[in-house]
Amino acid sequence: MTSTDERLAYMAAQILRNFAVKGQKAAIEAATDHIVQFWDPGMKARASAMLGDAGTDLSEDVRAVFERLRQEQPAR
Amino acid sequence: MTFTREKDFGTPEKHGETVSLTIDGQQVSVPAGTSIMRAAAMVDTAIPKLCATDSLESFGSCRMCLVEIDGRRGYPASCTTPVAPDMVVRTETDKLRKLRRGVMELYISDHPLDCLTCSANGDCELQDVAGSVGLRDVRFGYEGASHLEGCKDESNPYFTFDPAKCIVCSRCVRACDEVQGTLALTVDGRGFASKIAASQDEGFLASECVSCGACVQACPTSALIENTVIEKGTPDKSVVTTCAYCGVGCTFRAEMRGEDLVRMVPWKEGKANHGHSCVKGRFAWGYAQHRDRILNPMVRSSVDEPWREVSWDEAIAHVASEFRRIQSSYGTRAIGGITSSRCTNEETFLVQKLIRQGFGNNNVDTCARVCHSPTGYGLKTTFGTSAGTQDFDSVEQADVVLVIGANPTDGHPVFGSRLKKRLREGAKLIVVDPRRIDLVRSPHIEAAHHLPLRPGTNVALLTAMAHVIVTEGLVDETYVRERCDGEAYAEWAAFASDPARSPEAIEDLTGIPAADVRAAARLYATGGNGAIYYGLGVTEHSQGSSTVMAIANLAMATGNVGKPGAGVNPLRGQNNVQGSCDMGSFPHELPGYRHVSDSATRALFEADWGTVLDAEPGLRIPNMLDAATDGTFKGIFIQGEDILQSDPNTKHVAAGLAAMECVVVQDLFLNETANYAHVFLPGSTFLEKDGTFTNAERRIQRVRKVMEPKNGYADWEVVQLVANAMGLDWTYTHPSQVMDEIARLTPTFAGVNYDVLDERGSVQWPMNAAAPEGTPTMHIDHFVRGKGLFVVTDYVPTDERTGPRFPLLLTTGRILSQYNVGAQTRRTPNEAWHAEDRLEIHPHDAENRGVRDGDWVSLRSRAGETTLRALITDRVAPGVVYTTFHHPDTQANVITTDFSDWATNCPEYKVTAVQVAPSNGPSEWQQSYRAQAEQSRRIEPAEPAE
Repeated sequence: MTSTDERLAYMAAQILRNFAVKGQKAAIEAATDHIVQFWDPGMKARASAMLGDAGTDLSEDVRAVFERLRQEQPAR
Repeated sequence: MTFTREKDFGTPEKHGETVSLTIDGQQVSVPAGTSIMRAAAMVDTAIPKLCATDSLESFGSCRMCLVEIDGRRGYPASCTTPVAPDMVVRTETDKLRKLRRGVMELYISDHPLDCLTCSANGDCELQDVAGSVGLRDVRFGYEGASHLEGCKDESNPYFTFDPAKCIVCSRCVRACDEVQGTLALTVDGRGFASKIAASQDEGFLASECVSCGACVQACPTSALIENTVIEKGTPDKSVVTTCAYCGVGCTFRAEMRGEDLVRMVPWKEGKANHGHSCVKGRFAWGYAQHRDRILNPMVRSSVDEPWREVSWDEAIAHVASEFRRIQSSYGTRAIGGITSSRCTNEETFLVQKLIRQGFGNNNVDTCARVCHSPTGYGLKTTFGTSAGTQDFDSVEQADVVLVIGANPTDGHPVFGSRLKKRLREGAKLIVVDPRRIDLVRSPHIEAAHHLPLRPGTNVALLTAMAHVIVTEGLVDETYVRERCDGEAYAEWAAFASDPARSPEAIEDLTGIPAADVRAAARLYATGGNGAIYYGLGVTEHSQGSSTVMAIANLAMATGNVGKPGAGVNPLRGQNNVQGSCDMGSFPHELPGYRHVSDSATRALFEADWGTVLDAEPGLRIPNMLDAATDGTFKGIFIQGEDILQSDPNTKHVAAGLAAMECVVVQDLFLNETANYAHVFLPGSTFLEKDGTFTNAERRIQRVRKVMEPKNGYADWEVVQLVANAMGLDWTYTHPSQVMDEIARLTPTFAGVNYDVLDERGSVQWPMNAAAPEGTPTMHIDHFVRGKGLFVVTDYVPTDERTGPRFPLLLTTGRILSQYNVGAQTRRTPNEAWHAEDRLEIHPHDAENRGVRDGDWVSLRSRAGETTLRALITDRVAPGVVYTTFHHPDTQANVITTDFSDWATNCPEYKVTAVQVAPSNGPSEWQQSYRAQAEQSRRIEPAEPAE
């Protein structure tokens, strides 16, 4: 995992922590919406790519966010 | 353009029932409480005066403005006598002329008769009054013993005090007291021996004087006069324009001789500053003519090479071809740009248009990323739009003022003075800040509560205040019920009521005694109109956006939004931060804060610009730098922004810039970022172009060109050259056309154009069919988003932690005399007050480390190390250190980290774990940086023309 990947994972985790008060499910939903609104396509693509990277160490919730992101991303 | 003095009505404007009277046979109707002097001036009857001016309350000492009033004995002073119904006043009679001449004789007997060689010749009220009273002789001689031998005080770099010219009218003293609120001047001595003194008669520079210039402006003679007037002579024309420093947006008369700027005088009609100024706007404009300015475009193929001066044509063609080459090699999204909050609305609009229309992506960001981006997120979420709710005049109706994470007397001095005036009138003050800023205790002002919280705990503290307001029944329930989203409120109130959020529960975390938090919360909720003013101490945290929303929650819960005297007011750092954000400088928003994914908004722009726009957000500045180090972002256009010095973690910024293939910097000077640039395009100053700035109160004001651009082009013209070289077809011939386009495409600006601005002086957005007069106070009947939205703001501690290696917390900020990265102010005599960044450290922490005042110390964090001198002070709490970031030799941002706001990536400048230790020299990084900067700034001599 490159440093940018680490940073994206960190950013997603930080967003999740700030939505955590909503409860896990809602936090994942809110974090995904946030990322859709504010991350550029390259960042979103890297987030999705991390899901398939065996070396990527993502928390369960970050993984859930990135998974939803992958589903929501427009086909390219 | 001609030169006329602004009319002086002698005493301030009053408001009240209309009173009618007769002055010299003329019927006059004025508000009750108006002085006879002002009433006379309103019908163009000028009563002679010396100690009166309309920025100051009447004083009645000079005895020049005597009048006769039917039915009253004696000769009352017209400045101190209010009008009365049916009063009959005479201002010119033989007796009055004789009395005035007699008084004038006394003044002139102790005043030098050097009018022809005096620097104020032709612009002197004393001279004018001597003429108007018909003074022909002085019976007492001309060799007064009291002042003629006084020594000049030339210590201040901007003005001179000549006691020989002083008539001791006290206007300077009162200006310092009433307008500026510093109370640095006094009348020393009694009777004939009385003279003006700064502080304890220690000279202006060494005194408490803050060089705002109010005393100079008030002086009716040349006793206090600008050095530039002494050097250049009096001006012969003036143009009203807007200051290019902080977000207060003071308007000034640029007073000129030909194309030479003689002085900047605050404009009395200016609605943001009402005739007041600070040391920066009033005096620190010399950078515009500084020898360091780069006036020719320059190019180089590698940052190791010296710069090569080229023609504009060559430079622009090079930029276009490099950007197209990069896009063709690495993709459309491999380039981007940064707009400048120091440039005009029109210029920032054009830069984002260049990027969206010309580059074909949304990779545009702005320096608000590192200051008020959390304001954008927080206020848009809670209120519906990203803007302060009030005008500055609103503070006059505030009863309780909560200042959090802001230092108005340093960062926004003219607003700071207005705030101090309101506090002297009796409004209560709560200060939330780790430092004891000047507002906490200064002459005639003392905060009711100072909560010096531990850096990084804003959200916990504000939520604890909310806890008190909710659990003690202090919520304005009617307001909340009618104006806010009920479900969201209920959720928030339940959250805030939890004992875990009580002041007692968070006492150890914030370091603030629970009783103080409770008392402050009660005062804010019950003290009348509650106004919140905040700055970067709120936004530049890992929970910056949450803090903004926590502030909005407090204001809504207490019914303090949508009326004068209250509100939520972000104090913007740079002159056009508000405007650059309004203009679509963020990578996710088109102008007017509309998300790029909104197809209807995109369609509007696409139809106007004849292009298809990207529906995906672009990269933020830190993301651009990450992408650069990853090799996917290769080119950047940076207008008027020095990210190497201003952005966090300097080493990371440098690595990002170094990884790019084409860095284009447009600026006045070879700034620090330019050390990594391949193309340098010279910029123009605010004096050299037309346009508009929008200040912190959403006030759009004209910037007017007073001299031709020394580099040949205004910045908007340079952007147009680049756009057209990249294949666009822009045909703007004046910035007013850009504003027309902004109005056409942005609903909140729909009613704005240059004719309206020229006619009204300024307007506050939204200005459109629904608000044809503009909007001084927002959200009056309903929030922009409909119902105000309470947002649960849970405290999440920063990941930046202190520990044995880094036991102290560093917080950074600004100082009065310097501005941002100092590129402008360091090239002015403001260096006299702040020639270097210093590290403020508490005596306890200093002693533990063997550090004495003035010692060189190393300041080290996990990100880097620098060296600077220590300033030992209990202004900071134990465990906290503070420094400014104005000087590249120090580079405070070598220390700051990559941690940032969760929602916006605004850097966490205000919380960095550090260690301080004695040092005997610059850090390794400082040495290598200095060498690199020197190497990078070489300019190859131009080849002689054939």
